[in-house]
Amino acid sequence: MRVPLLELRQISKRFRDTVVIPDLSLSVAVGEFVGVIGPNGAGKTTLFGLISGNLTSDTGSVMLDGEDLTALGADARCRSGIGRTFQIPQPFQGLTVYENALVAATFGAGLHGEEAAVQAVESLARCGLHVLGDQLAGSLTLLQRKRLELARAIATRPRLLLLDEVAGGLTDGEVGELLTLVRAIHHSGVTVVWIEHLVHALVSVASRILVLAEGRVIGDGEPDAVLRNQDVRDVYLGSDLDDEVHHAPH
Amino acid sequence: MQAMIETLLNGLMLGALYALFGLGLSLSLGVMRMINIAHGDLIVVGAYFTSVAMELTGLGALTSLVIVLPLMFALGWLAQITLFNRVVDRGPLPPLLLTFGLSIVLQNVLREIFTADTRSLHAGDLARRGFEVGGVSIGVLPLVSAIAAIVLLGATHWLIGHTQLGRQARAVSDDPSTARLVGVDDRRFFAIVTGFIFATIGVAAVLYAIRTPFSPSAGPERLLYSFETVVLGGLGNIWGTLLGGLIIGVAQLFGAKLSSGLGPFFGHLVFLVALLARPQGLFGRGA
Repeated sequence: MRVPLLELRQISKRFRDTVVIPDLSLSVAVGEFVGVIGPNGAGKTTLFGLISGNLTSDTGSVMLDGEDLTALGADARCRSGIGRTFQIPQPFQGLTVYENALVAATFGAGLHGEEAAVQAVESLARCGLHVLGDQLAGSLTLLQRKRLELARAIATRPRLLLLDEVAGGLTDGEVGELLTLVRAIHHSGVTVVWIEHLVHALVSVASRILVLAEGRVIGDGEPDAVLRNQDVRDVYLGSDLDDEVHHAPH
Repeated sequence: MQAMIETLLNGLMLGALYALFGLGLSLSLGVMRMINIAHGDLIVVGAYFTSVAMELTGLGALTSLVIVLPLMFALGWLAQITLFNRVVDRGPLPPLLLTFGLSIVLQNVLREIFTADTRSLHAGDLARRGFEVGGVSIGVLPLVSAIAAIVLLGATHWLIGHTQLGRQARAVSDDPSTARLVGVDDRRFFAIVTGFIFATIGVAAVLYAIRTPFSPSAGPERLLYSFETVVLGGLGNIWGTLLGGLIIGVAQLFGAKLSSGLGPFFGHLVFLVALLARPQGLFGRGA
């Protein structure tokens, strides 16, 4: 069997007295598109923090393509190929849109000079932001910030892209545009793990759904099968989930 | 009237030097969000380095910068990776405590090695040279140091705006944890920044020591001038720092003209009044 792209081995995390993730193991194969759902406080964002390295796990190990990243900081993990976006976009506000992408291409992808510039422009173009290159990132609208968050993440040339609620707070039309964009990024060979509250949006693109509750995986598999699972339905109080899935705009 | 113009010019030239003092402080605050209490003592350390380098090599005060600059850069780099990197990112207090301790250690080590006697650097012939413009006499040395200070400030401003290092500085200063997530190794970068800061301290140290005697206990006073310069100008604005320095320099020299011991007092007074009127600094963004 091929080495999984991402493998988490028995990681755990507590904040003071609260155990957010008691003991979690998980693997993601190259080329997968994994959607992560779960109620608030399930530990989804913490999980991303442990993978991207801005949080350190108390126990266990994080492997990328067979390489142990557990001891590495967020910057080294980014250079190893993990890209991440935040639920609340965090552009470098004092930098221009272009400079945001350029910093990512320079340091995340390790490119220099012309190569870095090309990578930055391409990433912005894919996210439809190239015309705004000279604007300060602080002046962008929410949708534009979300796009910049994505552009900056792909400018680091990730092998694994972690998306944290990129669709939250957007209109249906905007969500549709974003789905198209993420699908294209996935088609270009990037493995995607996407946390999203909008279950219908996730189901339309993900090949696998992972359900977290209280830091544990309570459902994992093909979207349809997972959403029929009784444990998962209990967590989502049944009807909510049906509404989510059947009122999908597509 | 000519005496007044002379005082004004001398104040401006002194002030440019204070702005150079402030540059390092402003950078470490802006990029690393840490305040270095040992900043003034490092200015004194730079002066002693120069003094020793001059004795050992026979070079002049300004030419010995060839040795002092790389030395200060290396010292800054080393200080960052061994000491400062342990406290950045941990809120404002740990860096203050660490650098306060460093300040005490530096003062005592200097006193142990060089005794408490005051020293000064001799710039030789250059120090006595001057010229007159319309009856106003201008010293070559103060003019050269003012120009050097302004060029350094301008170069730093340009570096921040137009280079990869500068973009890195702005990104890290904007949001250090996001910068790490796009691959920026902030700790290594901080070492380069602190190396650069120490090098600017080296230049300021030499230019100032040529005109003002120094002793192991002279650091805190220099720290105070640096602080006033940075705060007066408004944090994070290099041209603001320059303006802040110029104002303090001019105030000090006019004060000294009233009564020779009152120079620094007038500097502090102007600082206080300006701060009461504009707490965010002259160039600072509103709160």
